Amino acid sequence: MARRALLTARRRRQLLPYAILVPGVAWLVVFFAIPVLNQVYVSLESGTIEQGYAFDWNWSSYGTALSDYQEQFLRSLFYAGTATVLALVIAFPLVYFVAFRGGRYKTVLLALIVLPLFMNFLMRTVAWQTILQDDGFVADTMRSLGILEEDGRLLATRTAVIAGLTYNFLPFMALPIYAALEGVDRRLIEAATDLYATRWQAFRRITVPLAMPGIVAGSLLTFIPALGDYVNASLLGSSRETMIGNVIQSKFLVLTDYPTAAALSFLLMLFIVVLVAIYIRVLGRRSLFEAAAA
Amino acid sequence: MSAVTRATRRRTVALGVWSGFALLYLFLPVFLIVAFSFNDPSGRFNFTWQGFTLDQWKDPFSVEGLGTAFRNSLEIAALSVVVSVILGTLVALALARYHFRGRSPLGLFLFLPLATPDVVMGASLLGLFLTMNVATGFATILIAHVMFNIAYVVVTVLARLQGMDAHLEEAAMDLGANEWTTFRLVTLPLIAPGVAAAAMLAFVLSIDDYIVTSFNAGTTSTFPLYIFGAARQGVPPQVNVLATALLFAVVLLMVGNVAYQRRLARRDAAA
Repeated sequence: MARRALLTARRRRQLLPYAILVPGVAWLVVFFAIPVLNQVYVSLESGTIEQGYAFDWNWSSYGTALSDYQEQFLRSLFYAGTATVLALVIAFPLVYFVAFRGGRYKTVLLALIVLPLFMNFLMRTVAWQTILQDDGFVADTMRSLGILEEDGRLLATRTAVIAGLTYNFLPFMALPIYAALEGVDRRLIEAATDLYATRWQAFRRITVPLAMPGIVAGSLLTFIPALGDYVNASLLGSSRETMIGNVIQSKFLVLTDYPTAAALSFLLMLFIVVLVAIYIRVLGRRSLFEAAAA
Repeated sequence: MSAVTRATRRRTVALGVWSGFALLYLFLPVFLIVAFSFNDPSGRFNFTWQGFTLDQWKDPFSVEGLGTAFRNSLEIAALSVVVSVILGTLVALALARYHFRGRSPLGLFLFLPLATPDVVMGASLLGLFLTMNVATGFATILIAHVMFNIAYVVVTVLARLQGMDAHLEEAAMDLGANEWTTFRLVTLPLIAPGVAAAAMLAFVLSIDDYIVTSFNAGTTSTFPLYIFGAARQGVPPQVNVLATALLFAVVLLMVGNVAYQRRLARRDAAA
């Protein structure tokens, strides 16, 4: 009898981790994993919104997605890629300064980098509309300096969309790089300079390689949301700057062409899974959570 | 002064100037939004400065639809925080404290929502609701927000659990406490700062979400949906007031949390 009680207690202990996992994991399976896979099913349907859609292995949505929206796919890659590079160029010296020269202001400076994220994201994008407007201060100054043509615009251009994307995701680039730089053992840099490396050599051969996991993580955390974003293109761009997110959004919510929308969103997801797989291959699985936790 | 230190100082100044400009770039829109909450615009456009007024701050809900949208957002954020923090903390506990089959692939699965663009999450979930014939509205927004919050909660709480001494829990169990008592009296107080941080993060993500919500909202309005709808004709200054108030509330909560943790740490150090 006592033996049996002991056994059930042990059994209960074995089952406990599963019991506390199930609610959270089930939520993600039902409302994340299944919907993403369900997109494949939706993408193979055919029909119209009036007559309803039925599943019939209709592969043509993928043909449409790839041929008709190739331009938007490529444009999204270009915009997100440019924004990622710009965010890296802006963020790296900033977090380098905070990590190595921040001193006792480190926490305050770091808080300042994060703070804009607590202002509503749409409002910040709307504020860029105000800043870049045609008769605004920035556009006027650029015109008088001859950088912008007399009838040139900033709003509703490629520049505005890329600037908006760079702005929105800059903190996501900054934080993982900061975490990586904080982890750099300063003695290694000292050792290098003691061994007659110049400052630049020490930076290039020690600091940068050690910060690389942060740089890659930050780039991914900037590139992926930028790739799927359509808010910046909607508010700061014109119809010439539509990104793939805009197409998915309008196909789903305006044109109700569900199969094509599903095909587009599944292709985008597939592309990102491949990116993440490459990332894991290069940096290992452990780095995923460390990057995300930063 | 030697050449080396002079060069170092020059680099520090250059880095400092660059950082100053970078912070200015980050803050420019924030300043503008706060300033324009005090603007007295003529007509619907809140694009140019007309004059100072406190009218909007006295009655931010005077615009039609804004009050409902804002209240919906607060309710959805509060509810999604409660659900996602409970579910996410439990998952983090299982990952940090137990070795079980499938632990490693599970970690990978939990990372995926963090790496998925909002547009894919929103569109996929709407696809499911359409397939299942579920009408979208308040409930489906809530489901979506819990979904994208869980992974963030797991990651935040997990980081705290990994930084904590597991021997304390073992000691409690050795002294005869069962799992629940150990969790209540040892684990929970120790991970509380991580849980609080996760709750705040989840709140901010929920109240700020536009893209996922726009797919699953049906006819229900939220604060971000209201802003996006208004953006084409010009956002009324009352929205600036609410956005500014939210910013201050969140910052106050964060500073309060940090100050409280510091006081506790100092008290522990003194004891």
